[in-house]
Amino acid sequence: MNETAPQRFDVLVVGAGPAGMAASVTAAECGARVGVMDDNVAAGGQIWRGNLEDPEANSWSGRLRAKGVVTLFGTRVFDQPAPGCLLAERADDTVELHYEKLILATGARERFLPFPGWTLPSVMGAGGLQAMVKSGLPVQGKRVVVAGTGPLLLAVAVYLRKQGAEISLICEQASWSRLARFGMGLLRFRKKIGEGLLLRKDLAGIPFAANSWPTAAHGTGNIESVTVLRGGRTLEIACDYLACGFHLVPNLELPLLLGCKLADGFVQVDELQQTSLPNVFCAGEPTGIGGVEKATAEGSIAGFAACGKQASEKDELLRARKEGKQFASLLKNTFALRLELRNLPTFDTIVCRCEDVTFSRLHRNRSWREAKLHTRCGMGACQGRVCGPVTQFLFGWNPDSVRPPVFPVRVESLAALSKPASR
Amino acid sequence: MPSPICIKVNGVEVFVPSGASVAVAVVMAGQACRRSVSGEPRGPLCGMGICFDCRATIDGKPHLRSCQIACAPGMDVKTDE
Amino acid sequence: MADGIYDVIIVGAGIVGTACAEEFARRGKRVLVVDRDVLGGGATAAGMGHVVVMDDSEAQFAITRYSQRLWQALRPELPDDVEYEQCGTIWVAADEEEMEEVRRKHEYYGARGVRTEILDAGALKKLEPNLRAGMAGGLLVPDDVVLYPPCAARYLIERAQRNGAELRLGRAVVAIGEGRVKFADGSNLQAKLLVNAAGAWATQLMPELEIKKRKGHLVITDRYAGFIWHQLVELGYLKSAHSVSVDSVAFNVQPRRTGQILIGSSRQYGAEHKEVDHVILARMLARAQEYMPGLAGLSAIRTWTGFRAATPDKLPLIGPWPKDSSLFLATGHEGLGITTSLATARILVDQIMGAEPEIPIEPYLPSRMSKESVHA
Repeated sequence: MNETAPQRFDVLVVGAGPAGMAASVTAAECGARVGVMDDNVAAGGQIWRGNLEDPEANSWSGRLRAKGVVTLFGTRVFDQPAPGCLLAERADDTVELHYEKLILATGARERFLPFPGWTLPSVMGAGGLQAMVKSGLPVQGKRVVVAGTGPLLLAVAVYLRKQGAEISLICEQASWSRLARFGMGLLRFRKKIGEGLLLRKDLAGIPFAANSWPTAAHGTGNIESVTVLRGGRTLEIACDYLACGFHLVPNLELPLLLGCKLADGFVQVDELQQTSLPNVFCAGEPTGIGGVEKATAEGSIAGFAACGKQASEKDELLRARKEGKQFASLLKNTFALRLELRNLPTFDTIVCRCEDVTFSRLHRNRSWREAKLHTRCGMGACQGRVCGPVTQFLFGWNPDSVRPPVFPVRVESLAALSKPASR
Repeated sequence: MPSPICIKVNGVEVFVPSGASVAVAVVMAGQACRRSVSGEPRGPLCGMGICFDCRATIDGKPHLRSCQIACAPGMDVKTDE
Repeated sequence: MADGIYDVIIVGAGIVGTACAEEFARRGKRVLVVDRDVLGGGATAAGMGHVVVMDDSEAQFAITRYSQRLWQALRPELPDDVEYEQCGTIWVAADEEEMEEVRRKHEYYGARGVRTEILDAGALKKLEPNLRAGMAGGLLVPDDVVLYPPCAARYLIERAQRNGAELRLGRAVVAIGEGRVKFADGSNLQAKLLVNAAGAWATQLMPELEIKKRKGHLVITDRYAGFIWHQLVELGYLKSAHSVSVDSVAFNVQPRRTGQILIGSSRQYGAEHKEVDHVILARMLARAQEYMPGLAGLSAIRTWTGFRAATPDKLPLIGPWPKDSSLFLATGHEGLGITTSLATARILVDQIMGAEPEIPIEPYLPSRMSKESVHA
């Protein structure tokens, strides 16, 4: 293993999704030396994954290149050995990244909930199946049930249909009244109305059910059908894929490792997107699940703030951020999980997928820590990224402190810290 | 349009679109990526590298997240089968 | 928790506290175990879970050997999640000087009825192919065991509960002595017998105890079945455990039944906070990689720290506290808490109930500390 020389930046951005791209471009256009890193092979995060067809994505991407932002793909931060320095792992080496200012744009991931059969192959997240299709999985002629909660379900259904899939049903657990209020709420957001209308058109012909959720997936070695609750009745639907996700949860591991304070389960930031730590900013989903507009607005504000510069188009950015936060609030209320979903797992349902810990072994524990110790739930490779939000919803457990590595890394990468970080 | 790539999954040749991830190749080959601790077959869940259910041995290196790795011609992928 | 109904109150629900509870309860005492945190926390949760014989001193050998036998006797009854594995230990010798030590240990253990086998370089390589080339050999101790301590503690307390013992978690104790345990909420409970089994926190209750925290680090990997078969320890481990002031690391790696590999070890004095210390963690892993280069490419999933309770003479404190006839100690086990937990419980309760302990108890008596202080 070779260690490359430490790299130094005025502004280092973690995450190259919408927030990270906006932050990097903005900071670079202010004259800072900027580096942006991402685990993925290219910029775009989840929502702009793949060929960046979205004109806005393309625009940011072009500006990123034009300003000579240093991009570090296939790069995962796993530790902070000293203030002002992050350690990241790549396929063949580790790299030490020094910064004056840090912008965390670590995005969000899907929330999964357990139900009988959820571990069958071809049961994926909604975003999960979309990501796989964007990564080359053919779905032409495949029958897909899309389930869970959140606007992502609609976007995924539309995308999959465009790729030739047959969407049997969209099952949204939110109630019709909540969705109606959401629709009304959308009227406040200029851009969203346009998107909403387009979506309506694209969704034409796809059955959609509210008050609906999967109760069991069936099959041997692979999914063959899913039973869903719809209109108070259960209904079994044969399918090739179940795309099931329950909205999004923020990626807080790195902010927590660094010591950022949280407020209401998100990273606490001030009006300049600065966290509780001086020199550390945060933008996008980790401050609130609000989608692209919020992310790019916050990313831009953070980029300016990190350079100590006044934002150009400040009013527009502030307006976009304000709308983004309101949209986040609307999403949170509309797609809150109904408590019946706590009853989905049976005693035998696996809750921790990494360690195959079933509900029956977990529910007697009083805390996340106790469950970890006695069942190993949360001690597996995902480091609690899947089962943490699950157990928080099922049992009300809160995760405990974050230790390095915030992502599994090679032993040699942890051993690389033996030389004190060069300054 | 770039031509498909050929890789091996558990010794069997699979043709995948250029740029496809290894996880996609495993799914196209009709295989599970791994066996869980209690022996269940597992495939990708999150598609974005955080669930670790897509882990496979790629060119001899175990426990790699196959959804995060693009196929390269001649790659040798082994799952827990 | 009604007052006045307990014969014994044990503070600490780690492996030692729960072992003592099991012993007392089985022998007819009404027991209450209290802990401010979870069952099987502290060093019990953090440690490597080995059950090993050690030859640092006669007294250390006596108690580790006795306790290992007690674990062997308990083995058939242990549930699966205790993951009791008799994988054995290999003390690895890197050079001829260390092979001398191997031979000395072989004789020492042989004379005391412990099975060991000297391995030459070839035999070592066959048993553990992932050790780097050029090792001189080692000593195999086939009866050494590895288990998962939090579940062992749970097993012990459940056995005690079947004999009427009670467990209260989340109850912090602020004072212990004179037949009374005082809780953080101001309430207190009386009992004729009080046991301080609070491990690294024993001094919070009794500041006069000469126990220091010795911080350790551990790393666990993903599953790599067949990478390592025995617990492996470098002979330099003893030098590390000996040092009273210097931060040290030593190669100590263990297979878990899951196929995950547990990598240790480190020792630090004076480190009070539980954050991972990057530099010492890295030193520890670098040392481990020196012995097993293949570790370098394995996936490390978690790191954590823990505190061992260390006494000046490296022997635990088991027995009555001279200054208070109601108060007994079962603490100060350093890195041998899991190993010696059962023997600790047995000889403590023997002393209290007037039974003849099976090994001499003088080396572990807390009164030795007072004497030392007097002479100092």
